[in-house]
Amino acid sequence: MMTSTLTISQLTKRFGEVAALTGVSLSVAPGERVALLGHNGAGKSTMMKIILGLIPATSGQISVCDAAPGSIAARRSVAYLPENVAFHPALTGEEQLRHYLVLRGESPSQAMGLLEKVGLAQAARRRIGTYSKGMRQRVGLAQALIGQPRLLVLDEPTSGLDPVSRREFYALLDDLAKQGASILLSSHALTEVEARTDRIVILSKGRMVAEGSLAELRRRADLPVTLHVTARNGSAPEIARSLPGAILVDGALHLTCTQSEKLAQLGRIAGLGDKVADLDVLPPSLEDLYSHFSRGTVQ
Amino acid sequence: MKRILSTARTEFRIALRNRWVSIALAVMAVFSLVLALAGSAPTGGLGVDRLSVTVASLTSLSVYLIPLLALLMSFDAIAGEAERGTLPLLLAYPIAREAVLIGKLAAHLAILALALLLGHGLAAGVAIWNDPEALTGLPALWRLSWSSVLLGATFLGAGYALSALSRRPSGAAGLAIGLWLGLVVLYDLGLLSAIVADNGGWFTTEAFPVALLVNPADAFRLFNLTASGATAAAAGVGGAADTIPLWQSLASVLLWPLAALALAAAAFRKVTP
Ligand SMILES: Nc1ncnc2c1ncn2[C@@H]1O[C@H](COP(=O)(O)OP(=O)(O)OP(=O)(O)O)[C@@H](O)[C@H]1O
Ligand SMILES: [Mg+2]
Repeated sequence: MMTSTLTISQLTKRFGEVAALTGVSLSVAPGERVALLGHNGAGKSTMMKIILGLIPATSGQISVCDAAPGSIAARRSVAYLPENVAFHPALTGEEQLRHYLVLRGESPSQAMGLLEKVGLAQAARRRIGTYSKGMRQRVGLAQALIGQPRLLVLDEPTSGLDPVSRREFYALLDDLAKQGASILLSSHALTEVEARTDRIVILSKGRMVAEGSLAELRRRADLPVTLHVTARNGSAPEIARSLPGAILVDGALHLTCTQSEKLAQLGRIAGLGDKVADLDVLPPSLEDLYSHFSRGTVQ
Repeated sequence: MKRILSTARTEFRIALRNRWVSIALAVMAVFSLVLALAGSAPTGGLGVDRLSVTVASLTSLSVYLIPLLALLMSFDAIAGEAERGTLPLLLAYPIAREAVLIGKLAAHLAILALALLLGHGLAAGVAIWNDPEALTGLPALWRLSWSSVLLGATFLGAGYALSALSRRPSGAAGLAIGLWLGLVVLYDLGLLSAIVADNGGWFTTEAFPVALLVNPADAFRLFNLTASGATAAAAGVGGAADTIPLWQSLASVLLWPLAALALAAAAFRKVTP
């Protein structure tokens, strides 16, 4: 596919006995935001390092912006934020960014602007050794914004960021994606990924176990919906009798049903009339979805 | 080119803040002053000016000091980045690994050159102040200066290679000290005892000159002593300087920095972050 920024096919990586990645295929289109999910050691960071050409793949084909991973052409158009990003503690934020700007062939005078973008203008002239974890992470983000990268590979970019900064960070990503940059990020924070990415890829023990938009994954998993029915005073036992499978929790009746039974079940509850005080429909959470896919499905 | 310059500037800044610049400058200044003052004591008609005497003793000192300073500055260059976790990001940038090395080398060489400039400047100042005749020793001092920079480059390159091979700063430091002890101290002791045991045989006439030339530190000493004709002023290995033509030690002094850098580049290329 000529149009995709990143194409991976049948990527396998072994570290001796450890199979870090097995037969992973993935492609990311321009302007697309893809989240890579998976438990600790699932192979997310390994996959990113291979995309950057930092470590060689055992087998499989990868093309990054129509170039080989790690080639100068690929490195020119890819920005990277490693997990636990680190900098030399003796340099100031501004000095470090000026250096990175020159390495990308950009003018070092943009350093202050970038630091402002990530909210570090005040600390720009202090040594990075005195920065907090979140501040270092922001320096990492600032350097990933240098130039017009066609692909951003961000390994747990929001780790260490406070909730407000996370929001600002995803807003920055939205702008970049609108300008056509592809974004591949890994995260353990499911809820933030939910609203801010176009596609989700779930890795489990080095295998890709699910891939698609959140809605698609929901449909495919077909996880049960939970209904919470609050009864009017005293009518709980009566309702429980007419809704088989319901259990009484704190005065409310909880019951689960499959997606396909949902409407019929709702109709039955509506038929109970004014015995019902309130009704909540809870779709399966992202956590449920995630554990569904990352659990047994590995053959 | 801009990338190399920026790397060099950044490394210089780091060395400045880590006190490496002040340490190198102070060490060179103190030792040069001490030797210059000792060399300017009345020598009693050796027929050489005072600066030449100082240069001879500076040469003997530099053989130990320059490799040590160079290794101390370089052992952390790659292992330190790996340990701090700055290496993966650096290698994701569009800069060749060779360019990273050359940038670091430029910064570290500049520090060495500054230290040499200060030390040798002080030595020349003291000698000329005490003895106007000492001006005749300036060419020898200049030769010592630039060959010291080349010796420094050789051991910087060796330090980078060790740094890349060991991946951890502690391991790299151990290897660097080992290399220094081996090449600068034990090597000469070994040669000396071999010569004594050999008693003027094949080793002394055939192997010994080669052995001197392949060791960058010995070649450096040999070159400076031969060129200034001051072999008489130094004891030890210098005594063998007469038999080896100047161009051979010069070639060794010139080629070693390139070889060491090539080694460093080869070792760095094998590093996976
Ligand atoms: N250099 C290495 N040598 C040997 N094994 C490695 C190496 N790097 C990674 N691994 C192994 O590969 C597997 C995947 O690791 P990876 O770092 O990619 O996980 P991850 O998905 O990023 O996990 P986390 O969420 O904890 O960051 C792990 O089993 C890990 O032990
Ligand atoms: Mg990881």
